[in-house]
Amino acid sequence: MITIFTENWQALLTGLGYTLFSSILALFFSLIIGSFFAILEEMPYRILKIIARIYIEVFRNIPLLVVAMFFYVVVPMYVTNINGFTAGTIGLTIYTSAFIAETVRAGIQAVDPGQMEGARSNGLTFMQAMFHIILPQAFKYVIPPLGNQFINLVKNSSVLAFVAGFDLMYQGDIIASTTFDTINTYIIIGVLYLIITMPLSYYMRHLEKKLS
Amino acid sequence: MAMIEFKNVEKYYDKFHALKNINLKVEAGEVVVIIGPSGSGKSTLIRTINGLEQVNEGQLLVTNFDLADKKTNIDKIRKNVGMVFQHFNLYENKTVLENIMLAPRLVLKRDEAENKKIALDLLETVGLADKAQSYPRMLSGGQSQRIAIARSLAMKPKALLFDEPTSALDPETIDDVLKVMKDIAKNEGITMIVVTHEMGFAREVADRVVFMADGQILEDDTTAEFFDNPKEERAKKFLSKIIKH
Ligand SMILES: Nc1ncnc2c1ncn2[C@@H]1O[C@H](COP(=O)(O)OP(=O)(O)O)[C@@H](O)[C@H]1O
Ligand SMILES: [Mg+2]
Repeated sequence: MITIFTENWQALLTGLGYTLFSSILALFFSLIIGSFFAILEEMPYRILKIIARIYIEVFRNIPLLVVAMFFYVVVPMYVTNINGFTAGTIGLTIYTSAFIAETVRAGIQAVDPGQMEGARSNGLTFMQAMFHIILPQAFKYVIPPLGNQFINLVKNSSVLAFVAGFDLMYQGDIIASTTFDTINTYIIIGVLYLIITMPLSYYMRHLEKKLS
Repeated sequence: MAMIEFKNVEKYYDKFHALKNINLKVEAGEVVVIIGPSGSGKSTLIRTINGLEQVNEGQLLVTNFDLADKKTNIDKIRKNVGMVFQHFNLYENKTVLENIMLAPRLVLKRDEAENKKIALDLLETVGLADKAQSYPRMLSGGQSQRIAIARSLAMKPKALLFDEPTSALDPETIDDVLKVMKDIAKNEGITMIVVTHEMGFAREVADRVVFMADGQILEDDTTAEFFDNPKEERAKKFLSKIIKH
């Protein structure tokens, strides 16, 4: 196991870097896109609700791998050339954003509807009420489930291996197929994933305690 | 021109007919009290005035905008028409001072120094100057409601709507809230529509009393006429019941 690590540490670190980078990008954008669709679904316009609902239902219910493959194979064929890392990260972002939208929406709905009525009666627009009153209160309901989704996101980033995205899993596959030491290789890979997810998990639990 | 005018207004919740042929005119500066049994449509009526509920038929003119017309920009009306709720609906994530200052800042773009001065003056008026930095969860019901009134007043509204503002309060805190409301009615010249069972308040400051039952306005009289000489049988019964309490 030691020799696998010492002989491949550069590849492993590269993989770790790509996994982290992809996860952070996907986290950032899926939070924005997810919150956007959550708000859209809460808007008092039927057509916007329907659009948001379709987006959420479609991407929640398609396997991540299919979404990633779509961007890796179909998009370069018809639209523009993108590499595996980009395709995988976009797929990961879209897939995760659908789950985040559901979570944020549940958080918004957990806030007393009187808060929105008070704000609107006070003269605030829907968006002002959302950003100043509702979302800050929804935040505390959203933290625990969002933490789970961040951890899932890191693990799901292993989808990049299927689209040549240079991530941890991808490097692991290469090392395993050249050294033929699959067991030790994947143990190392697993530990490296834990190094990312465990602190995240710990931090989330800490945040949860602080909020309650 | 009337401040608020209902013309043949109908309102349905799906199939349920909640407001039936409502005709009601409230002039600028008038104080109107609405009473009636639970479920008679008082909240529905008052909530249509600032668009929290939509009307289905007729015309509802508020500061000359027709609320029954879907093209009317509701935010323009809400700038001029405040609402005080039974359960206060103070912003839980903001301090008392921020509760009062937020809407004038965002909606009226009021200068920050002036905004703060007005807010502090209002806190003084409602007798809660020492609560500026408190959060709503730290306040009693009576205090919360006075802050909610101050928050509405900060917008310098033309009209204020009150939906049972004292019904959720402990008896000993009701008078503080009623006193603030009476002061507004007597001094500010703001049009007030108040759903309440506080008959002392109605007698003292209301110009008119409206009695509702089953989604209809059964009686709409001057205050003296309503209390001394109610015409409708149901209004008489209702009055005798709540006065006995
Ligand atoms: N959002 C709603 N959906 C369906 N029915 C409602 C709704 N709000 C009120 N109602 C019904 O309309 C009637 C009038 O209610 P409301 O205006 O709250 O009466 P009040 O304030 O006089 O007690 C009641 O029968 C109530 O059940
Ligand atoms: Mg009511």
